[in-house]
Amino acid sequence: MKTIYLDNNATTQVAPEVLENMLPYFHELYGNPSSMHSFGGQVSKTIGEAREKVAALIGADPEEIIFTSCGTESDNTAILSALNLAPDKRHIVTSRVEHPAVKVLCEHLKEKGCRTTELPVDREGRLDMELFESSLAKDTAIVSLMWANNETGAIFPVEKAAQLTREKGILFHTDAVQAVGKIPINMRANSIDMLSLSGHKLHAPKGVGVLYVRKGTRFLPFLIGGHQEKGRRGGTENTASIVALGKACELAAYNMEKENTRVKYLRDKLENGLLKSIPNSKVNGDRTSRLPNTTNISFEFVEGEGILLLMDQYNICASSGSACTSGSLQPSHVLRAMGVPFTMAHGSVRFSLSVYNTEEEIDLVIEKLPPIISRLREMSPYWKAEGSVCGIRDTDTQ
Amino acid sequence: MWEYTDKVKEHFLNPRNVGEIENPDGVAEVGSIACGDALKLTFKLDENKRIKDAKFKTFGCASAIASSSALTEIIKGMTLEEAMKVTNQNIAEYLGGLPEEKMHCSVLGQQALEQAIANCKGAPAKEPGEEIVCECFGVTDREIERAVKENHLTTIEEVTNYTKAGGGCGNCHEKIQGIIDRVYAASKPEASKETKSRKLTNIQKIKMIEETIEREIRPSLKQDGGNVDLIDVIGNRVIVATRGACATCKASQFTLKGLVEYKLREFVSPDLVVDEEPS
Repeated sequence: MKTIYLDNNATTQVAPEVLENMLPYFHELYGNPSSMHSFGGQVSKTIGEAREKVAALIGADPEEIIFTSCGTESDNTAILSALNLAPDKRHIVTSRVEHPAVKVLCEHLKEKGCRTTELPVDREGRLDMELFESSLAKDTAIVSLMWANNETGAIFPVEKAAQLTREKGILFHTDAVQAVGKIPINMRANSIDMLSLSGHKLHAPKGVGVLYVRKGTRFLPFLIGGHQEKGRRGGTENTASIVALGKACELAAYNMEKENTRVKYLRDKLENGLLKSIPNSKVNGDRTSRLPNTTNISFEFVEGEGILLLMDQYNICASSGSACTSGSLQPSHVLRAMGVPFTMAHGSVRFSLSVYNTEEEIDLVIEKLPPIISRLREMSPYWKAEGSVCGIRDTDTQ
Repeated sequence: MWEYTDKVKEHFLNPRNVGEIENPDGVAEVGSIACGDALKLTFKLDENKRIKDAKFKTFGCASAIASSSALTEIIKGMTLEEAMKVTNQNIAEYLGGLPEEKMHCSVLGQQALEQAIANCKGAPAKEPGEEIVCECFGVTDREIERAVKENHLTTIEEVTNYTKAGGGCGNCHEKIQGIIDRVYAASKPEASKETKSRKLTNIQKIKMIEETIEREIRPSLKQDGGNVDLIDVIGNRVIVATRGACATCKASQFTLKGLVEYKLREFVSPDLVVDEEPS
């Protein structure tokens, strides 16, 4: 049975062209770009080309691109750089819905004596911009807000936020891991100081990322060692993956329109199809400002793990924000921050598409999922056929 | 992805006895939708007072559904006395084991069974004097105590895996530790006998109290931003003052009795009584 992969916000397949491009760098062109001989030196040239392609996708200059090992390293580097550069500034502004790469780091820094403001979001996952502005303080070292949310796809107005931040002389970082390659980004037209992206979210392999640092922005490296990346990130370059990321960015630029037309059409078809055929279902997150590939739907009174495992019977891959699948005992921090009631949060499923999905696949999910939900609901003590909650313990439902 | 046994998968995909029995002899509802697991169990007895039929409805993950299915299969044909002896271990074993983090699913089944039997016998579901320890998941001290005893749990993490207690805000970790300590202290009667027979001079007693506070009590209070100071010892009355977060904490009364007094009794003398310095 063919795999129907609708979990592209978790990771993506390496595109065939990308794989083909990177392979020679394992066994033929394995030289170290730092070497004096031309066997190694030629690889340095290819890395330069990859840097140009990444820069082109986000409207940046090549020298603003620092290759890292992943999105998490990029996020950590940006935030720690800002704090280390300004020892008198110990305040960080972020949001309650950030990826753990930012959220857990900020919690850690709070324990080490930093002050953090975690901005709340509304029911749709939106920021209150007035509250944001008022949270900026004299001792704010950095603002870190994600461009697009990995669970709901909701897009934050980071360019506007960066403008407000710039006016107060504060650094602005955005975790754009989910946004890059899915929506157009032009760093020349905004005032964001630092941006993180990750290769494996846009059809490059795992283990490569980028930190964009705007020209003129003060920066302290996180990995200290060799002169690689102009001394901004020590460590021998992951040449094959950097070449791959360059190719993937080129491909993403080429597919950008498709992403926002065909992928969006398939996402909307899936979303509307499921909402129509499954009662007591609801989309989580801002539908007006959202990534074209993501939908997060809650099916009331059932639990996400069961849904995923039953979909697995048909090789359909997706994710859930339920407690049982998160590895903790509480549902996703993003859905909780949005105030999604428990009856809904435990039964949330995220579908995230890519250009490789087909209409047949979407039709199959629309066909297979409704009976799965009905089956689990028949087992649920909270569900009655007519669609109302039965009387037990309804005080626990928020 | 969870590592489920084939038996768990099979019971999840083909659950036995889904539904609700009309006019049941025993019924129980445990868990809640907020916790992510809920189970409604109903059963019917035959003329020989054996469980003739049992049905369940479960909201929860695959292992919760499989545990419920296993439970109904296990208890069919049992007398109430036999069913009362069913433990969460029996449910887990029936399924060929559960991942450690999912053991609470089997505990949920055992709790439902216990409540349903109590309901059948007309007894109140909860024993008087039971106290909710974990407010996030509504777990009582008796439930934790039973899980600790029957599964030989020794750490807070294990208690969370088995009962969910402590898996939310974490405020009850101290209480859970207290219960674990209590269970194991009770199972070592020789040790406590020895402490009882010990005669201490006043100087020795004060010194030991100071040492115990420093070594056993202060580190765990400091983790939560609190502290405690020894003010005076009058006979067996130990007077302390709470500091930092403890001074303003609603649960500090519990800290005094459950942690300070408990530890001092364990390490110094079982006759000690801890009081807070009058403000």
